[in-house]
Amino acid sequence: MSSTPSNLNYWVLWLLLTVALGGYLGFSIIDLSAGGTENTEIFLPGETTHGHHNIEMACTECHTDAFGGKKALQKACMNCHAEELKLADDSHPKSKFTDPRNASTLEKIDARYCVSCHVEHNPDVTQAMGVTLPNDYCFYCHAEVAEDLPDHEGLAFDSCASAGCHNYHDNTALYEDFLIKHLHEPEMKENAQLQPSDIALIAEYTPSYPKEQYPVRPLMGKDHDGPGDTTGDDLIIDHWAASDHARSGVNCTACHTQEPAEGNEAAWVDHPGTGSCQQCHTEQADGFRRGKHGMRPAAGLGLQSPAQARILMHVDSHDKSLTCTTCHSAHSSDIQQAAVEACLGCHEDRHSLNYKQSPHYKLLLAEQQGAARPGSGVSCATCHLPRTTIELSDGNAMLISDHNQNANLRPNEKMVRSVCLQCHGLGFVLDSLADQKLIEANFNGRPAVHIESLEMAERKLADHKQKNPSHDEP
Amino acid sequence: MKLAKPALIAGAVLATVGLTGCNESQEKASGISPQLMADSLHIVMDSDRAVYTKKIVNRLAAKEKVIKASEHFEDEKALVLPAQMFRFGAEMVAERAEKNPEINFSYSLQSLWPVNKQNAPKTEAEKTGLKFVADNPGQNYYTEEKLGDTNYFTAIYADTAVAPVCASCHNEHKDSPRTDFKLGDVMGGVVIRIPLES
Repeated sequence: MSSTPSNLNYWVLWLLLTVALGGYLGFSIIDLSAGGTENTEIFLPGETTHGHHNIEMACTECHTDAFGGKKALQKACMNCHAEELKLADDSHPKSKFTDPRNASTLEKIDARYCVSCHVEHNPDVTQAMGVTLPNDYCFYCHAEVAEDLPDHEGLAFDSCASAGCHNYHDNTALYEDFLIKHLHEPEMKENAQLQPSDIALIAEYTPSYPKEQYPVRPLMGKDHDGPGDTTGDDLIIDHWAASDHARSGVNCTACHTQEPAEGNEAAWVDHPGTGSCQQCHTEQADGFRRGKHGMRPAAGLGLQSPAQARILMHVDSHDKSLTCTTCHSAHSSDIQQAAVEACLGCHEDRHSLNYKQSPHYKLLLAEQQGAARPGSGVSCATCHLPRTTIELSDGNAMLISDHNQNANLRPNEKMVRSVCLQCHGLGFVLDSLADQKLIEANFNGRPAVHIESLEMAERKLADHKQKNPSHDEP
Repeated sequence: MKLAKPALIAGAVLATVGLTGCNESQEKASGISPQLMADSLHIVMDSDRAVYTKKIVNRLAAKEKVIKASEHFEDEKALVLPAQMFRFGAEMVAERAEKNPEINFSYSLQSLWPVNKQNAPKTEAEKTGLKFVADNPGQNYYTEEKLGDTNYFTAIYADTAVAPVCASCHNEHKDSPRTDFKLGDVMGGVVIRIPLES
C-alpha cells in the first residue's frame, strides 16, 4: 500500500514533531543532568508536598540515582532529615523494622523506607505531614492496643496521630512518663521568661573567630576601620557603634573584605554577601539553609522570594529575595526588628495578622517599654526560631536562635519542649496546640479543645498504685 | 543445613574472636555450624550485658545509689537500662551489618511478659522457643523458620534476672504484665537469627 501525497504530509509533520519533541526533551534531560533547572518543570509528575515544593525543581536533590529505587530515595531523605529524626528520638526508626521477625509486618507496610508513607507528587492522597497512607496506618502494628490499654477501646485508629496524643516520629513531649511528670501544671508558670541568647558572645565563643585581628573588646564609632572617605555614612557608623558587632570588636573590615586572590591584599567590598555573615554565624546560616527561607539556595535554585511561597504573603513583599539582611539590618543589630517586623513584612496569613492582638505581643511591648522582665516578651522568633543550645568544636556550648523556622512547626507538638513549656504548663499547651482556630487567632483566647492524654496517664498511674501500693512512683 | 556465605564468614570471624582468640585458622573455623555460631554470639552478648547489669546498673543505682537507671535516660540524666543497652547494640549491629554484606545475622530480646508489647513473641518459633526456655531452665531452643523469602536458623536462649534490679525494675514497672520475678528467674529470651542458603 503506498502513501498518498496527503498522507505523506502527515508523516512528515509527525516526523518533524517527533524530532522537535525529542530534541526538547533531550535538551531538558541534558540540562537536568548538568544541574540545570530551567527546563525541568515538564518532568514534574505532580504537585509536591508543602514540605518540598520550594525545591521541587531540583529533582536530583531526591532522585539522586535514576535506577537506585527506594534505597537511593531513602538515602536522599536521610541526607536532609536524619538529624531532625535523631533529635526527635524517632519513635519508629528504621532499626526497629530491620529484624527479620518483622517480615510479615513489612509485607503490609514497609516502615524501613520513608516513601512507604510519604509518596511525593501525589496531591490527591497527600494528607497532613505529607502522609499518603490512609490515616489509620497505626492499625497495621498496634491492632491489639486495647487489650493492654483498655481505655483505648473504641478509639479510632485514624485518631492516634491526629488527636494530640501521639506522633509517628516525635513523641518527646507526649510519652507517658513525660505527661505524668507534667501533671497539674498551671497554665502560666510563675516568673516565666526566656533564657538570654548568647548572640553577643559569638566572637568570644567561636573558635575560628580571628581574635588577633579583631580583638574581642568594645569599639566606638571613632574606632571604625572603614575607608577614609565616610562622608554621608554617619548613620551607618552610628548603627554599627551601637551594635553587638561593635561591642564585640567586629570592625568594618571584618565583614567588608573580599577573600584576596593569592599574592594580593584583602580588598574592601561595599556589599559583602551572605558568606560574610556565615564566617561567624555558621550555625544560623546552616539552620537558614535547612528551612524554607534558605532551602532553595541550598539546592542551587537561587534565592527564595515570598512570591514562591504557598502560604499568603503581602503582595508588596513578593519581589524580595531572602538573605540574612532581608530580616537583619546589615549594621544595626536590632534583633526585635528581625524578630517581629521582618516576619510581618512578608507573612500575611491569619496567624501572622493576628499577632499584634495577641497576649504574646502585649508581653513583648511590656518588655520593650521596661514594664516587664527581660525575656518575658514573646515575638514571632521566640516560637519559630527558638533558642537552642549548640555544642562548639572546642567543647563549649552556646544558646543561639535556630534559624530553621520549620524545625518545630509540624507537627506542632515539636514546639512543646523547645518553646511552650518555658512559660506554660503541659496540659494548657497541648490543648492550645490542638485548637486550630486558636492558633489562627494567634492564641488570643482560650483553647476550646481538650486533649485527654494527661488524664489517661494519670488514671493509669493511679490504677497501678492501687494494685501495687508498695511500688515507688516511676 | 548450610549457612548463607555471609553468615558463615561472620560466624567464623565472630566465633574465632569471641571465643578462641585468633589462634584458629579461618579455614578451620569456616566449618562452623549455625548452632555454634549462634551459641558463640550469645555468650558474648550475655556476658557483656551481665557485666553492665551487675557492675554498672546494680552497683551504682541499687547499691551505691549514686545515679538512677531510667528508660528515659536522657531526660532523667540517668543510666541506660540493661535491656535498652542490649537493644541499642542490636540496632547498631544491624546498621553496621547493612554496610557490610559479609555479615548477616540479627538478634533481639523478647519476653512472654514484655514491658514493651512490641517485644512479645511474634513468630511461632518465638512463641514456642520462649516458652521452652522458660519451662526448661538451662536449655536452649533451636529451630529453623521461614520469614519472608528467607530461611533462618533461629536460636533462643533464656534471659535470666542476673541482679536484683532486673526483678525489682520489671516487677514495679506499670506496664509489666508480671510482678513476681525473683533473682535467677527466666524473664525472657534472646533470639538470634542466621539466614540459611536453603
